[in-house]
Amino acid sequence: MRHLLSTRDLSRDEAIAILDVAEDMADVAHREVRKLPALRGKTVVNLFFEDSTRTRISFEAAAKRLSADVINFSAKGSSVSKGESLKDTAQTLAAIGADAVVIRHGASGAPRVLANSDWIDAAIVNAGDGTHEHPTQALLDAFTIRRRLHGADSRGHDLDGVSVAIVGDILHSRVARSNAWLLTTLGASITFVAPATLLPIGIENWPVEVRYDLDIALAAKPDVVMMLRIQGERMHAAFFPSAREYSRIWGLDDERLAMLAADSIVMHPGPMNRGLEISAAAADSPRSTVREQVANGVSIRMAVLYLTLSGEGGKQ
Amino acid sequence: MPARTVLQQADITRALTRISHEILESNRGPDNLVVLGIPTRGVVLAARIAAMLAEISGTAVPSGSLDVTMYRDDLGRNPTRMPSPTEVPPGGIDGKTVVLVDDVLYSGRTIRSALDALGAIGRPSIVRLATLVDRGHRELPIRPDFVGKNLPSSTNERINVHLHEIDGDEFVTIEEIEGGE
Amino acid sequence: MTETILVRAVTLADGTSSDILVRDGRIAELGRAIFASADRLIDGAGLIALPGLVDLHTHLREPGFEQSETIFSGSRAAAIGGFTAVHAMANTSPVADTAGVVEQVMSLGDRHGYVTVRPIGAVTRGLEGQHLSEIGAMANSRAKVRVFSDDGKCVSDALLMRRALEYVKTFGGVIAQHAQEPRLTEGAQMNESTLSGELGLAGWPAVAEEAIIARDVLLAKHVGARLHVCHLSTAGSVEVVRWAKARGIDVTAEVTPHHLLLTEQLAANYDSRYKVNPPLRRDEDVRAVREGLADGTIDIIATDHAPHPVEAKDCEWEAAAFGMVGLESALSVVQASVVDTGLLDWADIARVFSKTPAAIGQLAGYAQGIAVGAPASFTLYDPSVSRVFEATQLRGKGVNSPYLSTTLPGRIMATFHRGYATVLDGELVDAETVAAAARAHDQAGAGRG
Repeated sequence: MRHLLSTRDLSRDEAIAILDVAEDMADVAHREVRKLPALRGKTVVNLFFEDSTRTRISFEAAAKRLSADVINFSAKGSSVSKGESLKDTAQTLAAIGADAVVIRHGASGAPRVLANSDWIDAAIVNAGDGTHEHPTQALLDAFTIRRRLHGADSRGHDLDGVSVAIVGDILHSRVARSNAWLLTTLGASITFVAPATLLPIGIENWPVEVRYDLDIALAAKPDVVMMLRIQGERMHAAFFPSAREYSRIWGLDDERLAMLAADSIVMHPGPMNRGLEISAAAADSPRSTVREQVANGVSIRMAVLYLTLSGEGGKQ
Repeated sequence: MPARTVLQQADITRALTRISHEILESNRGPDNLVVLGIPTRGVVLAARIAAMLAEISGTAVPSGSLDVTMYRDDLGRNPTRMPSPTEVPPGGIDGKTVVLVDDVLYSGRTIRSALDALGAIGRPSIVRLATLVDRGHRELPIRPDFVGKNLPSSTNERINVHLHEIDGDEFVTIEEIEGGE
Repeated sequence: MTETILVRAVTLADGTSSDILVRDGRIAELGRAIFASADRLIDGAGLIALPGLVDLHTHLREPGFEQSETIFSGSRAAAIGGFTAVHAMANTSPVADTAGVVEQVMSLGDRHGYVTVRPIGAVTRGLEGQHLSEIGAMANSRAKVRVFSDDGKCVSDALLMRRALEYVKTFGGVIAQHAQEPRLTEGAQMNESTLSGELGLAGWPAVAEEAIIARDVLLAKHVGARLHVCHLSTAGSVEVVRWAKARGIDVTAEVTPHHLLLTEQLAANYDSRYKVNPPLRRDEDVRAVREGLADGTIDIIATDHAPHPVEAKDCEWEAAAFGMVGLESALSVVQASVVDTGLLDWADIARVFSKTPAAIGQLAGYAQGIAVGAPASFTLYDPSVSRVFEATQLRGKGVNSPYLSTTLPGRIMATFHRGYATVLDGELVDAETVAAAARAHDQAGAGRG
């Protein structure tokens, strides 16, 4: 795998291979020495144009467990014009000798532009680009679902027949996009639940079902309910009238939590707005996978770094 | 040159039986033994040896697998290798006599990786090495303790090991390959 | 003194074969086997003679953005594309909102001599959409501005647009509206569609264009004014203009070559060369604008030539500037999209890319096309060749062409502006020769005058 830019590019077999390697990586966390020498001598740069401590430390832990050298580059607040700075920064990183660039950027497509450019010849891993994709988040979500379903026998399994409701700000969510492609590739069926203002135009052409009513969606007893973070600025841009109304109609409150099937799970990519899109009880219930998602994130990112950086495909 | 069969199924079984006896002899019984196979075919051989040890000695001997992929020194020189699971038996390996099992011993680099991988999961008191075929051409100071068959070979030959559990048939062949290995 | 030029056996736009004799800056004679002595003889076999192309929508960037383009470099890009006149948009720095700026732009164009440069005046002061600019002063200046536009920005305030339509009518001009409802397109990056949703790029909905055009044609009808719609790009816009024309509303519309050929699918790899405003649209929109051009709903083709420095495109999509260069490739793209597809013939091209844009801009000398007595502004085009379009074929400063490395038909072999050559043998005539010829032409004109 040369780069990881989006889940849309992944075939079913490629996706399962990443999840399986992540299983092997997860085992390392339980060993006496939680470090593998596989990426010794490789340099991984975390290039973050947006703040995201959670994602950055997850990639950092992953790279370090594989013995890579890690450089954290926070480009936020740089005074250079944005366009110049991506190219200039990339060329700087190339000169430093970066083997992989983990990039978080506010502009959709920035990782692909970097991968297609001749500015740098490193493996590019998308750590979230604008409102486009966040592929490692979707992979860790798929990994988490698979582990809840199959436990230690997860290797080789897809998500055939699993029903997933993704609830909230689909329009601006890179997590929703990456999950929609990946989970359907793995055989799951997806239902988006949101007010029409928070759904993209043309959603009818996506491989998902769409519902406006969360209660109807939950009545179908989905195996997985994934709540998306709702951002305050959306309210000011008139996507919905008030936090209270949003919470009442699209929040996972205690009553709705009680409606869920016994073995269904509740996911959230974090950080959560407790009391807005998810109640404290839902976030802390045994159904919640929030903490597992964080732990699994490291395993997935180890797998992705290993697959993009080892082998002839990785830059020498 | 077509592939030449050097071991038939019966030869393989006989070799493993002999190795099992030698292990018991050198260990003075089955106590404290753990047999770990190196994926892919080493794992099958390890399981068979563990079963033979149990049968001969009347005491169960744990077996498992030890993936060495992450510890290889040639990751950047070949297409990406997919790792396999490492399965350590419940008793662990601390203070145990670990017998590493592989199908073919060649440069010794895989065993070097295996020793590193072993170090990451515990601290055995003794590590031994068993291999079905030793074809020579060592590049590191590594020597097997138990050998099924010494098979002098040239670097432009390839050894193919087929085992029932994986390949559906069972034999060891040697064949010439173009341009050497 | 000016050259006498004889073009032998060229094919005219109507398909007939003719010689063209140029003397004293005018077309002196047409017909087969003209017997005359000439300073320059050109073999026209296999070439089509089209009247000089007239672009109603060009960004020359000077004054203020000379790193992107200058009047000189843009004029050369125009000449190599077969143009003899361009209309320079007002979004320069300072903005072309006073008589001083428009006169400067015109005279710089005249001095270089590759094409006639007609300035377009801003509708509102500083393009800020607040107060009308000095439209009367610009109309009455030496530049005789007749087209006014805030292009790049929409005159979105309905009352201001009404006043502009009325006030321009006073001076016999026309408002060229960049139809883009600003609130519906805040942060917009590409056509709003299933694809924009997948790519996570903020959408530029068709309705933001169509709603403004609908409002403006109704305003034009109400106040009895002329309206010109810039770079119309959607099937819905074609419908609205068709509806307006059927009701006798005095509206004209333009489409760009890129909207005739390219679709939004090109955005899929975030290659910012395809980022343009209005954005590339769907397949069905491309079909609709082609049909609109063929049935006369759309009156003209205009390039919206928008050069940018390399760094404005060498970046992520959202940070990149909108716009494509288009002068050098325009006729080839038009051939590929509407001629080779059988929708328009060369006589139609002469109408939509020369006669009608000149009429909208009130530019004299283009009403008859290639005719005896008319100014000798025409271009010789070889439609039979096919070429891989490369940056080396660009003559302006911008290399932000969406056609690089693609194969395009046709090539401009020669261009004549008011009787002198600006392009010969497929290459620009040097600047000094052209400038000298332009001076000679002006002196001869003054002597005759």
